[in-house]
Amino acid sequence: MSMEPVLTKNIVLRTGTTWLDDYEANGGYQSLSKVIKMSPKDVIKEVSDSGLRGRGGAGFPTGMKWGSVLPLADDGLPRYIVCNFDEMEPGTFKDRYLVEGDPHQLLEGLLVAGYACQASVGYIFIRLEYKKITQILRKAIHEAEAKGYIGKNIQGSGWSFEIHIHTSAGRYVAGEETGLLTALEGKPANPRSKPPYPGTSGAWGRPTVVQNVETLSCVPHIFGNGAEWFKSLGNEGEAGTKIYGVSGKVKNPGCWEMPMGSTLREIIEGKAGGMREGYAFRAALPGGASTRFMDESQLDVSLGFDSMKKLGLFSGTGTAIVVDDKTCPVAVCQNLEKFFARESCGWCTPCREGLPWLEGILRGLEAGQGQAGDVDMLIELATNIGPNTYCALAMGAVQPLLSALDMFRKEFDEHIRLGKCPYAHE
Amino acid sequence: MLTEQERHEIQEELKNVPTNQAVCIDALKIVQKHRGYVSDEALEDLSVELGLTTVELDNVATFYNLIFRKPVGKHVIMVCDSISCFIVAGETVMSYIASKLNIEPGQTTSDGMFTLLPTVCLGHCEQSPVMMLDWEIIGNLTPEKIDTILETTVNQPQEEKA
Repeated sequence: MSMEPVLTKNIVLRTGTTWLDDYEANGGYQSLSKVIKMSPKDVIKEVSDSGLRGRGGAGFPTGMKWGSVLPLADDGLPRYIVCNFDEMEPGTFKDRYLVEGDPHQLLEGLLVAGYACQASVGYIFIRLEYKKITQILRKAIHEAEAKGYIGKNIQGSGWSFEIHIHTSAGRYVAGEETGLLTALEGKPANPRSKPPYPGTSGAWGRPTVVQNVETLSCVPHIFGNGAEWFKSLGNEGEAGTKIYGVSGKVKNPGCWEMPMGSTLREIIEGKAGGMREGYAFRAALPGGASTRFMDESQLDVSLGFDSMKKLGLFSGTGTAIVVDDKTCPVAVCQNLEKFFARESCGWCTPCREGLPWLEGILRGLEAGQGQAGDVDMLIELATNIGPNTYCALAMGAVQPLLSALDMFRKEFDEHIRLGKCPYAHE
Repeated sequence: MLTEQERHEIQEELKNVPTNQAVCIDALKIVQKHRGYVSDEALEDLSVELGLTTVELDNVATFYNLIFRKPVGKHVIMVCDSISCFIVAGETVMSYIASKLNIEPGQTTSDGMFTLLPTVCLGHCEQSPVMMLDWEIIGNLTPEKIDTILETTVNQPQEEKA
């Protein structure tokens, strides 16, 4: 299966970063020039027509999000576009790959979003651990400012836009849309109860659009080749291409641009070369730690938003984590819940109290202290924690566990029956 | 008191945001970069500079795991303990480094050279197992590679922090 690279067209050309001269030489910033001659309304219509949906995991239609901000009355105060480059979903490294190779693609997408929403300031919210990528972005911003792509009266359009970088200081929950805005304001990243949505009251109470790196990186291509072309790129009626990836005990872990709606088999066998010698595939989390496990029978399911939703699954970030036959699924769940328990911001009681409780039961099973009734307790807790919180952290936290209890029930029971974990841990 | 350098760096960040509160995460990181960690005294210095209470600042400082409110060693090692690294290497990287340095996770070596901490997924899962040494990501770790890293780190001048 081969396809023309879109998001990675510059990345596959060279090792290292594509800087401004090369980006321009390959058609870069022509979409921006085109867009600022259009009306913002027409720009949003084109994005809506393209079928682009949020690549951070939620799959919200991008044009609809922008369209909710534009009609708000202009009160002379700023509107913001915030690029979510926190990328803290465990197992996810696609945004890093995109920006390390092609930072201007993100900046151009951010500029188009800024113009469409008539925003004046864009913030790129990046995790502190991406220090090298932050340096790349700073250099790219300076290049674009020097060329007049960012700044006052961009290309004589009368529209001005500045881009700043906010480096974070850790915590998974800072990547949640409203937690991110609270963090941007310089506070602990406690998510906010919605509504109001950021489109009406976001950063500093102003209309704000938050978009993932990959989503914004798609935007210039829609204007380069047209909405219909973009729409035709995916499988199963999904629009565009997607950066899919995989980690775990596969031969060649990594990420690749593929049609939106590709399958786990195409990623794991087609791109990653299958499992390492001596290991067999057991299951995979298709898109980060907060998605549901998929087993061998689901390897050919399209990972598109709609086809997954129909099966009660979530495609998440598109970077899969493979669990092999020699890794204990209960230990995997314990590791996941330890992460979520530690990363809970602590605001909502079910999440703050419930997740450590779950993790404690799983730790007990692994330590050979499992008791009859533990599994029922896990199910009861996980079912009640998820829906009773402000943000999606807890809901995400219980997804892998609930699916594992379904898929690997025997393994959980075996831990209790044997009074120990039957796997040899490294 | 903040040094001229610290004040200058904070003022530069303030140009990009609409409120003093918005700069406080950056300000905490700036102080940490120069002083190694954020002491009570540092909070008071920042309180004067930004017009925020020390309680507000401490609330932020203690929320974010990459801001240190206790002294750390000359070098900070943060080992990923999230799912991809766990599947590939279990807890072997953390236990190997802990035994090499003769400390437990969360501790600092008695010579003040290394602090060892667990951390969440570092976003380099194709290179699992991964750790971060003084804000540099190092992946595909093996015992031999860790040995070399620890030796060269001890023998080289300190890199810029945060």
